[in-house]
Amino acid sequence: MGNETMELENGSRVAVIGGGPAGSLTAIFLLQIAERVDLRLDVDLFEAKDFTKPGPAGCNMCGGIISESLVQLLALEGIHLPPEVVQRGIDSYVLHTHEGTFRLETPLRELRIAAVHRGSGPRGSKPGEWASFDGFLLNRAREMGALVLRERVTHIGLEGGRPVLTGASGRHGGYDLLVGAVGLHPNSLKLFEGLGFEYRPPVTVKTWISEFRLGTETVRGRFGTSMHVFLLDQSGLEFAAVIPKGDSATLCFLGRDMSDDFYREFAGLPEVRNCFPPEADLLRPTCHCVPRMNVREAVHPFADRVVLVGDCGVSRLFKDGIGAAYRMAKTAAVTAVFSGVSGAAFRSHYRPAYREIVRDNGFGRLLFRGVHLTQKAGALRRGLLSQLCRERDAGDRGRRMSRVMWDTFTGSASYRDIAFRLLHPALLAGLLGGTLRPALPLDRTP
Amino acid sequence: MFRDRDLGRVFENGQVIVSQGESGDCMYVILHGAVEVLRTEGGREIPLTVLGAGDVFGEMALFGGEPRSATVRAKGEARLLTVDKRGFLKRVHQDPSLAFRILRNLSERIRTLDEEVTRLHLSRNP
Repeated sequence: MGNETMELENGSRVAVIGGGPAGSLTAIFLLQIAERVDLRLDVDLFEAKDFTKPGPAGCNMCGGIISESLVQLLALEGIHLPPEVVQRGIDSYVLHTHEGTFRLETPLRELRIAAVHRGSGPRGSKPGEWASFDGFLLNRAREMGALVLRERVTHIGLEGGRPVLTGASGRHGGYDLLVGAVGLHPNSLKLFEGLGFEYRPPVTVKTWISEFRLGTETVRGRFGTSMHVFLLDQSGLEFAAVIPKGDSATLCFLGRDMSDDFYREFAGLPEVRNCFPPEADLLRPTCHCVPRMNVREAVHPFADRVVLVGDCGVSRLFKDGIGAAYRMAKTAAVTAVFSGVSGAAFRSHYRPAYREIVRDNGFGRLLFRGVHLTQKAGALRRGLLSQLCRERDAGDRGRRMSRVMWDTFTGSASYRDIAFRLLHPALLAGLLGGTLRPALPLDRTP
Repeated sequence: MFRDRDLGRVFENGQVIVSQGESGDCMYVILHGAVEVLRTEGGREIPLTVLGAGDVFGEMALFGGEPRSATVRAKGEARLLTVDKRGFLKRVHQDPSLAFRILRNLSERIRTLDEEVTRLHLSRNP
């Protein structure tokens, strides 16, 4: 039964719509924190997708990288990613430029980043062949006590100020709190727009994700334990990277022009071709999707008894979206258990963390503008590579640019922190020197 | 079987992970396998405990700033994830509940120590 106050009490009921990382983590943290203070909650988690199905039907469609910082945070929370879920441990990044390639190693030379399948592998995988990251977290929420309902919510209303959901099995009412973790699906976002608290969904862009099944040995030999990032001068190219997984490689591609011709041009660049084995047909992926990405936060993501977490609220710009989902899921859960479920509680305790990500994305925009400039300008690219080579040759001390690049591409530090480190006079002087001396020998390590 | 699909770093059987007396700038989460914790006193090795998957060690040096209080070495092959001091303490300042599991582990250790002290006292003063 619901209570009349805006506090969660013994027997309070919570509905979470969406069983992706944001929804499952919110359920996990709600139940975990409540248990620590002897509070019994009933959590219903609505997720229509079956994560055991290979291909797009069982997949929440994203590149599938769990950042260095999130791997550590989850471990500290007692959530250890099992080897079945980790499709490949990543310990380095390889930058591909027109001038050559450069390898950035993890500071501790340890497999600290996890490449995962969000679903159960690309189209054509055998059922059970690959384990799903989203399925793993959903199971964890179930083990913690959440009731997982395999149905799509088709309507949300309020009765006496309390959320009431309608799905295939009928009406579900009496909730004290509704958590929206519906990602960026337009139909699901409309459910919240109709609730009358002036929620406006995030601004999104389309991304392109293609999975190429190449065989375990080929993936291991060709890509190793590195994520491969392309810093190439193709007009309109925002970001492109290859993530190696079990027997496949995932190509994530983001450009201002997302036409087939634009992709064909990218796939034909020698730096891209040479990264893949010759037999790989980059125009015929095993699995392909065009998901949306949150590039500007939602407006009014909470109200009395309602809070939105994950992509339907705020996400980190271009990187570590699952890390942002973790942070907002935990903040929402802590707020609900300790401060209540009123709009005022979420304003006081949830909004500051939300705004911090928004502010940090402002620094992120500046940084990625710098990355685009470097992509376009050969002199800057040469300066960057020269600086990276110098730092590598100097050993572990003073690797300022390497750390900046590592943290930018892995999402391991806040964009604000990276931006301020980039302004270090010694680093700027080194970059300027390298840019003005294009004759410096460049690294061409494959 | 899952070599490509593991995280962290492998320590072989008997390999020392941290040494008693050295300064510590990181802690460890055990992903797979086990480690043994021992103190060296007067040239003798005194085994303290064995930790397994999911356990955390090395956190005392992070919180107290003291040198490592014991040596830890792999018992069989062990895979560990390193958590660096600065990043960890920064995150704990942002989200103090991250330290909850560590506090629980420390309180369990204090309880075990209390029992051990009581047992020793009783054995010397029957």
